Amino acid sequence: MSEAYHPVGPGLGLEENFLSLDDILMSQEKLPGRAESALPRLAFALGQGAGTGDSIPEQSKLEIPLWLAKGLHDSKRRIISVELPKIYKEAWRTVFSADANVVDLHKMGPYYYGFGSQLLNFDNPENPEIAQTILQTFISRFRRIMDSSQNAYNEDTSVLVARLDELERALFQAGQKALNDFQCWEKGQASQITASSLVQNYGKRKFTDMDA
Amino acid sequence: RQALEEMRALYERNQADVSEAKSGRTDLIFLIRFRHCCLLRNQRCILAYLYDRLLRIRALRWEYGSVLPNTIQFHMAAEEVEWFNRYKKSLATYMRSVGGEEGLDLTQDIKPPKSLYIEVRCLRDYGEFEIDDGTTVLLKKNSQHFLPRWKCEQLIRQGVLEHILL
Repeated sequence: MSEAYHPVGPGLGLEENFLSLDDILMSQEKLPGRAESALPRLAFALGQGAGTGDSIPEQSKLEIPLWLAKGLHDSKRRIISVELPKIYKEAWRTVFSADANVVDLHKMGPYYYGFGSQLLNFDNPENPEIAQTILQTFISRFRRIMDSSQNAYNEDTSVLVARLDELERALFQAGQKALNDFQCWEKGQASQITASSLVQNYGKRKFTDMDA
Repeated sequence: RQALEEMRALYERNQADVSEAKSGRTDLIFLIRFRHCCLLRNQRCILAYLYDRLLRIRALRWEYGSVLPNTIQFHMAAEEVEWFNRYKKSLATYMRSVGGEEGLDLTQDIKPPKSLYIEVRCLRDYGEFEIDDGTTVLLKKNSQHFLPRWKCEQLIRQGVLEHILL
């Protein structure tokens, strides 16, 4: 039962997919950073200062979304310097290497893997270790995801899915879909033509009038 | 539309600052860069949203067939309707050129059909339905019929009929 609607998926590695909605949501996450030089007239936009004429003093701490950090980051680092969010720092890295399965990745920012890959874009002396940690976490969590997605048929999966971040959830859903398709085939329903899920959704939704 | 106006306002402000920067105040470069980032971000969000809509409309063609129900058409912009018509035309030309294949075969992705005729039950009132040899069938709720497969496939996908396995 393949669907006709294939949305643009998130990018892998250092580059994001321009048109991917998942990537756009992911790059909305905030990073801690510091202003390297005085930024005139930006105070109103970033939430500090009273009027439009204020400038942000040097070395003040800021929380900026990822897309802004990528845009303002320069190799000479005149404008912004970024710091790592705490989940990618030393302390958490030892937690991950101890046992990655117990961490609630959804609470820690639901885009752990994607965001981490983007962080590698900024120059940072700890980059190789961050990359290693992300990879190791994924490897150790993957087995449990695969197990649970292939064996939970017709059950409520919210308990299993609650601790996964977005990439893992996508994997889980792919596994579930494969399982459902296989069960359908076993039951002989594979040759039954069904109304597609798009049609069913449209039937249930009530259309409201748009304002002009 | 609101987003477009916001973009225009930002762009105009940016232009003012650019001209000011050219006249010698180099410390405003950061501001210009910041606004440029915001503009790019808005542009990216808008483009992704529009592209996603197009993808869904394309999926509608494969699910619904050539004619969209009115409620959906009401929600589409004029350009999207035009895009849909052009996509329909390209798809039809392609299907014709592949040597007489029916469009529905391309969307049929499950096992090859087991028989020419299938048993269907009607889920809601549809009215009269004519088959190839001229007989009309009145489709009322819960009536069962034994009909040729290719005729009812589209109705099944739309949810009007239900396929019953024996």
